[in-house]
Amino acid sequence: MQVPAHFEYERATSVDHALALLARWGGEARVVAGGHSLIPMMKLRLARPEALIDINDLTELSYLRLAGDELLLGAMTRHADLLASPLVGEHYPILHDAERVIADPIVRNRGTIGGSLCQADPSEDLSAAFAAIDAVAVIRGPSGARTVPVREFHTGPYETVVGPDELLTEIRVPIRPGGGSAYEKVERRVGDWAVAAAGAAIWLDGESAGGAGQPGIVRDVGIGLTAVGASHFHAAEAEASLRGAPATEENFAEAGRLAGAHCEPAADQRGPVDYKRHLASELTVRALRRAAARARGQEA
Amino acid sequence: MQVTVTVNGEEYTRDVDTRLLLVHFLRDHLGLTGTHWGCDTSNCGVCTVWLDGVPVKSCTVLAVMADGHAVRTVEGLERNGTLDPVQEGFVQCHGLQCGFCTPGMMLTARWLLDHNPDPSEEQIREAISGQSCRCTGYENIVRSVRWAAEHSTVEATK
Ligand SMILES: Cc1cc2nc3c(=O)[nH]c(=O)nc-3n(C[C@H](O)[C@H](O)[C@H](O)COP(=O)(O)OP(=O)(O)OC[C@H]3O[C@@H](n4cnc5c(N)ncnc54)[C@H](O)[C@@H]3O)c2cc1C
Ligand code: FES
Ligand code: FES
Repeated sequence: MQVPAHFEYERATSVDHALALLARWGGEARVVAGGHSLIPMMKLRLARPEALIDINDLTELSYLRLAGDELLLGAMTRHADLLASPLVGEHYPILHDAERVIADPIVRNRGTIGGSLCQADPSEDLSAAFAAIDAVAVIRGPSGARTVPVREFHTGPYETVVGPDELLTEIRVPIRPGGGSAYEKVERRVGDWAVAAAGAAIWLDGESAGGAGQPGIVRDVGIGLTAVGASHFHAAEAEASLRGAPATEENFAEAGRLAGAHCEPAADQRGPVDYKRHLASELTVRALRRAAARARGQEA
Repeated sequence: MQVTVTVNGEEYTRDVDTRLLLVHFLRDHLGLTGTHWGCDTSNCGVCTVWLDGVPVKSCTVLAVMADGHAVRTVEGLERNGTLDPVQEGFVQCHGLQCGFCTPGMMLTARWLLDHNPDPSEEQIREAISGQSCRCTGYENIVRSVRWAAEHSTVEATK
């Protein structure tokens, strides 16, 4: 039987209350959201916080809404809610693609998107998806709120810029017309963590997008990778090679090659380095292809 | 720490260690052993119960997190001596062999039918995809849920 070490339990009733509790515990406490990463780590004694601050009552952090040209996602939004949201599916199908292959429906009922980003597991799917679409994290602390791009949010495996007295409260995604996005993952069995995965968002030049068989010019593109040791879950070199270039198979292949070349996978029970590098390339190409098809309105 | 949890409509107040998991609270403190306990790693799903109307894996929820909340277990499926159509379906279609996965399967099935009264085979398989059965090969579980869908005269039993 796996039993966590002793800890004190506190329940936050508001964001301010949670911040006050974190300040009071001075770095010895951890917040618990869905608990689906933290509780298993506590059961294995890989984490031994002196106190847990439960933020599940903070319904104020559970929302998905459009504000101006941004999609706002509260940190306590459950995976299941992200997957069920037509608003999210309309603007960023990449998030639905990713959610469909994160764990299983029961785990998705409990795990949160904020917990996913803060856990900073090197194989977290949403980290790559949010990196691809250049989302921004809103972090609140004792001295107010600050914003950090998701591409700068993770500082290493299981490490983020969120301080011990801070809370991730929101993820903001800019909405830009003329785009398409997709997520491609290879897993050993349904519900498992990725062997490798890639997410892409692409914006094609307005005139040629969908026009008379033209592939269109890549106005902008974002590519995220997970489980392959890509710095900040981001394939910057692959992106740079595509900006301003025609959205053709050849250019996607070159971007895939760059994505595979610039990541640093580690060999483990999920596979050797060269296999993971190959997947990073191939999945980048597939994600770009599907994202572009969606941008052209050729695929749902 | 003192917690009060509503389980199957009844309030239970107990003094518990903060590190107690919900699955052990239900089994060892309340004697509700219908909720099973298997992998202990949030993978197998035999510990599935409803927390505030949503299926969760109770080996990965702390009992203190359920304080003030409502839990439904397999013991709460039957009403006044009448089996839930899902339970009846498992009887009619041989939906279980050893029975270890069954409580979790039935709770997920009830939740699915409350939200989608006429699920396709694919939707049923997707709904139970976080739960392992080592006996049936899932075939008869899917049939049992379909049976329940076709024989649901009672209204949703939230
Ligand atoms: C069986 C299983 C399979 C899984 N498979 C996958 C998978 O395929 N892909 C995948 O990406 N994930 C997978 N996961 C992880 C799942 O996505 C988790 O839900 C997620 O990693 C953590 O979310 P949580 O809300 O449960 O976080 P918690 O466990 O509550 O917290 C995780 C960490 O983040 C911190 N934290 C949480 N919320 C905040 C906040 N708002 N501000 C500051 N810090 C915070 C906590 O203190 C803790 O350190 C799996 C989990 C399980 C149990
Ligand atoms: S015992 Fe909870 S998922 Fe296996
Ligand atoms: S009936 Fe034995 S595990 Fe499902």
